[in-house]
Amino acid sequence: MTTRFPILASLLPAATLMLTSACSTGPVGPSSAELDAQAAAVIRAAFRDEGIAKVERLNQDASNLACSAAQGTALPAAQAKAIEAENLATVKPPPDGIYLGDWKKGETLAQDGRGMTWTDKSAEPKANGGNCYNCHQIGKAEISYGTIGPSLTNYAKTHGASDPASPAAKALVDYTWGKLYNARAYNACSNMPRFGHMKLLDEAQMKDLMALLLDPKSPVNQ
Amino acid sequence: MHPSTPRLAAWLAAIALVTWPAMPAQAQKSAAEGIAEYRAMLADGNPAELFEAKGEALWAQARGPKNATLQACDLGKGPGVVKGAFVELPRRFADTGQVQDLESRLVTCMATLQGFDAVEIVKTPFGRGEQANVTALATWIASESRGLRFNLPQAHADERRSYEIGKRAFFYRAGTHDFACATCHGDDNKRIRLQDLPNLTKNPGDGVGFAAWPAYRVSNGQMWSMQLRLNDCFRQQRFPYPGFGSELTIALSTYMGVNAKGAVSVAPALKR
Repeated sequence: MTTRFPILASLLPAATLMLTSACSTGPVGPSSAELDAQAAAVIRAAFRDEGIAKVERLNQDASNLACSAAQGTALPAAQAKAIEAENLATVKPPPDGIYLGDWKKGETLAQDGRGMTWTDKSAEPKANGGNCYNCHQIGKAEISYGTIGPSLTNYAKTHGASDPASPAAKALVDYTWGKLYNARAYNACSNMPRFGHMKLLDEAQMKDLMALLLDPKSPVNQ
Repeated sequence: MHPSTPRLAAWLAAIALVTWPAMPAQAQKSAAEGIAEYRAMLADGNPAELFEAKGEALWAQARGPKNATLQACDLGKGPGVVKGAFVELPRRFADTGQVQDLESRLVTCMATLQGFDAVEIVKTPFGRGEQANVTALATWIASESRGLRFNLPQAHADERRSYEIGKRAFFYRAGTHDFACATCHGDDNKRIRLQDLPNLTKNPGDGVGFAAWPAYRVSNGQMWSMQLRLNDCFRQQRFPYPGFGSELTIALSTYMGVNAKGAVSVAPALKR
């Protein structure tokens, strides 16, 4: 993250000097933009590679840059829309047109929170879990679920799609695939990992998670 | 503060038999049995007491190439003053010209007073060699502020800068999962699985989350310092490896510590 407005930044000391008489807290510190640049440098300097977790992971794309800078507040609507459009453009539908795999495999994957830390050996999708229960209620039998994300219990029913093969369910199927593939396509600063976009899960794994959420036989919809 | 000798002996025996994870005997026990046994044991107190006792002894023991004690160490309230130091750290130190947390300050004192190699200590993995001693010392020093309220100084520009950098780092999203500290610790009443997550952007979250470390972790039978707590947060965040005592980790502690202002210190606590 470099200073985005170098000319403005160079004018700031003069501007703040003129304001000091109105300021009772003593000497004026660095500007917010200067602190942004200093924080970026401090973050860079702190980390080293360890196993599969390389320092290049610190690089931010445009959405991470914007969502970090917002510090938990909502982005301006136009900026949010632009980020969503940019992320939606990354979503690739399954080439064979089949969206649902095996819900049983999906449940196993949803339970699995492993993958991509510096103590994990492989960065391949096969080595990764979906982390789903860490943040979501999903199958009714699992009482140990997190609450960072919304409950997904009765997902198909709640969204009015009892038959995922029906034309009426097409929009929900597309949306759910897109959400798993790149959650920011629908919510610019979503907390959810971008499983397809960041290659955390492969196509078959995402299809299994789709089945867990949408298959009428899945315990989620029973 | 001091566990009575029989109690200490009982702890040592119990810990040696039951809690160290690599013991082969443990594999024959079911998880439920292990947890039940563990809870029964913990009902009697906090094993952190063992580390407090070790830390207190280390403080007064002549050690290192200079064969000196740490009793002249300035933790921010003057040479040798331990009580109340913990609830005012991190802070800026004039002699190093840096904002330091408890652990990085201890390394400074071990280098200047005792002659230890600071770079070597920083490179040593947690729980080994002099790093294990830093953790024990931090545990005892924290215990000497138990019941006092957090009140980090923000008078110096460097301390305010540390807070601002810590705040930005707290919200910094990156890595394979796009996680920041704030992903899990930016909201009230959230949890991962069944684990409650303190909101570390304000009290009471920081009074629960920040103010508890160093803490004894029941899940792995280890004494964890704040630096190790942050290190494991970054591991789970899927970030690369943060340097021990790096400016970033200290800035994060400044951010959380300032946010914890007024909260009563319970460190060293007992954690999952």
